[in-house]
Amino acid sequence: MLTRLLALIFKEFLALLQDPKSRIVLIVPPLVQLLVFGYAASFDLKDIPWALYDEDRGVAARDLAAAFDGAPAFRRVATLRSEGEIVPLVDSRKVLVVVHIGARFSADMLTGAPTPVQVIIDGRNSNAALIGMNYVRSIVERYNREWLARHGGAAPPARLETRAWFNPNLESRWFFIPGIIGMLSLVTTMLVTALTVAREREQGTFDQLLVTPLRPAEILLGKALPGFLIGLVQGTLILLVATLWFRVPLLGSLPALYTGLALFLLSGVGVGLLISSLAVTQQQGLLGAFLFMVPAVILSGFATPIANMPKAVQTITLIDPLRYFLVILRKVFLEGAGFDILIPQLWPMALIGATSLALASWLFRHRMY
Amino acid sequence: MKPATRGSAAMRLRGLVRKEFLQIVRDPSSIAIAFLMPLFLLILFGYGVSLDADHVPVALVAEAPSPDSEDFFASLSGSPSFAPHTVQTLSEAERELRAGRVNAIVHLRANFAEQLRRPNGAPIQVIVNGVDANTARLTQGYIEGAWGNWLARRAAARGQELVTPVLLEVRVWFNSELKSRNYLVPGLVAIIMTLIGALLTALVMAREWERGTLEALLVTPVRMSEVLLGKIIAYFTLGTGGMLLTVGLAVWLFGVPLCGSFWLLWVCASLFLLAALGMGLTISTLARNQFVAGQIAIIGTFLPAFLLSGFIFDIDSMPMVVQAITHLVVARYFVAIVQTLFLAGDVWAVVLPNALALLVMAAFFFGVTWSKSRKRLE
Repeated sequence: MLTRLLALIFKEFLALLQDPKSRIVLIVPPLVQLLVFGYAASFDLKDIPWALYDEDRGVAARDLAAAFDGAPAFRRVATLRSEGEIVPLVDSRKVLVVVHIGARFSADMLTGAPTPVQVIIDGRNSNAALIGMNYVRSIVERYNREWLARHGGAAPPARLETRAWFNPNLESRWFFIPGIIGMLSLVTTMLVTALTVAREREQGTFDQLLVTPLRPAEILLGKALPGFLIGLVQGTLILLVATLWFRVPLLGSLPALYTGLALFLLSGVGVGLLISSLAVTQQQGLLGAFLFMVPAVILSGFATPIANMPKAVQTITLIDPLRYFLVILRKVFLEGAGFDILIPQLWPMALIGATSLALASWLFRHRMY
Repeated sequence: MKPATRGSAAMRLRGLVRKEFLQIVRDPSSIAIAFLMPLFLLILFGYGVSLDADHVPVALVAEAPSPDSEDFFASLSGSPSFAPHTVQTLSEAERELRAGRVNAIVHLRANFAEQLRRPNGAPIQVIVNGVDANTARLTQGYIEGAWGNWLARRAAARGQELVTPVLLEVRVWFNSELKSRNYLVPGLVAIIMTLIGALLTALVMAREWERGTLEALLVTPVRMSEVLLGKIIAYFTLGTGGMLLTVGLAVWLFGVPLCGSFWLLWVCASLFLLAALGMGLTISTLARNQFVAGQIAIIGTFLPAFLLSGFIFDIDSMPMVVQAITHLVVARYFVAIVQTLFLAGDVWAVVLPNALALLVMAAFFFGVTWSKSRKRLE
């Protein structure tokens, strides 16, 4: 029985790896993607193009402009001479922020009355606008504090002292790169497994497989193992790139991380085989994988927090294995978590894996006899 | 008996287009990707995805509760941005932060009330969980806002005026409430059309290569160009249907304003669809195998459209090398166009250069498909 099984597994690996194009497709793109997406996936604004429209040109106004110029995230791309220049500049997305200092700014500042400064922000990218607005607020707040200190105003009675745990510089790359590990592992595992049975069905070789002495459970195992092992190898490679190249700190326990990865791959393989056993053609298999993968990524908390979703949608995320794995990845990487904290994330993945594998094996049999 | 005619080119083409449509209709998965998928994605994004954090769970710790500390906490409790609860000790709050039950801790030391009356002022310690940097930054912003309001209210209650030299007046154009839905839903039009144009087409053409039906087709009087044209016409129609569905849902179901002209959107969408179809055909012609074509289509078109097009992540903030790569992503040009057409209007300075880029890319991909499929058959 073992030799039979080994032969089947060997055959599955051959089917996957013998075509040079398939081989390349399994190894190269995930690494390239990790590199490209690792640099691209970030909500941090590092380069905010802004324009100054200064009608006053007094000392106070120049100081305020200098405060913006001095902020590392801001890059002044235009200095305007008239109000009419604002609209085309913002419309064409050449600037995100326009700071408009009125003609009486310096004079009003010296009287001590609150002096308005108008800031226009392009809201097409709502998140960039929100972050840009926060940056503008903190620049103006610092300017106000320094002005009061120089002109003898009273300091506010309370001040905020903010610290961020686990990610002191609030780099969103540290948040996304562990997530990319999960996303890419899911994509590869699903693609490998979702097409295996469908391909044999389409080419008619599945019938031949069925008349061999192999039992359904053995066929299932033979189909499941290659996807699982490829996912494991790929996951390890990506993990190495994340820690050695991107220098994301890996603080927690590696065994806990690998237990998570194994259970996650198990559930990915299970769902992939389930889709594959339902599909009649490869196109259906691929589309089925897609119909599962896209919501699985979107609802996993990869880019947008689950806590922001409506309650009903939050309930749906409970059947998404990636949701649990992302928590594990981030907790192990950044918070240094071990097994004790991760138990609530581990068992749902095991449950999803076991259920989908059982269903897939039932479908194998069901479609056979 | 009539002489055997080979049929006119128009007739042959009609036959091919009919064949494509029959294939689409008979495989439910094609219909699923053209109509169910857009619906599904839109609902998912429209309702499920939001970058707007509200009811952020916060733990409040006052080592020595006093009227002053109560007053400050009340300013946090009153805001819909927070879901605060009081915790007795700092270590308990830290445990909750570690367990992920709260996103932030606001901590007032025992001498808070006393220090408030000193000239230096009292420190308010804020700890945020930085793992999700974006949410952490938003939370910080909310706490700063609540703090500012509290200072102003406190000063007003004492008959003093809070001295704020520069008063910010922020105007957000095009999306004044900063709803992330208005920003994400237009970009989805591009994602969905990438799926129909590139993924579906890549599979369909690769299937003909893999099954050998393309060779079978080519021994008939039809020419390669006619086979390609038949596919383009069929999937262009399907893609246009998907586009109309998405735009309609965006406007009527999600209430995203369409400020620009619908016809201009249609023209740009058609250009984008041509480029995406060209990409799909190129992939399938090069791969000739459904597994590889599917992999390349997902990895080469869908994921970049998602991550490198400016759909979610800001292109200007990426490193120069990655920014250069984004110029190869077809969806990038269309995302810029749809976001502007929906929220800002017909801004020619954005539409024209991007539409031109789409045209160039469409021409490039069709050229590659054309030359490759001819050469490899001989």
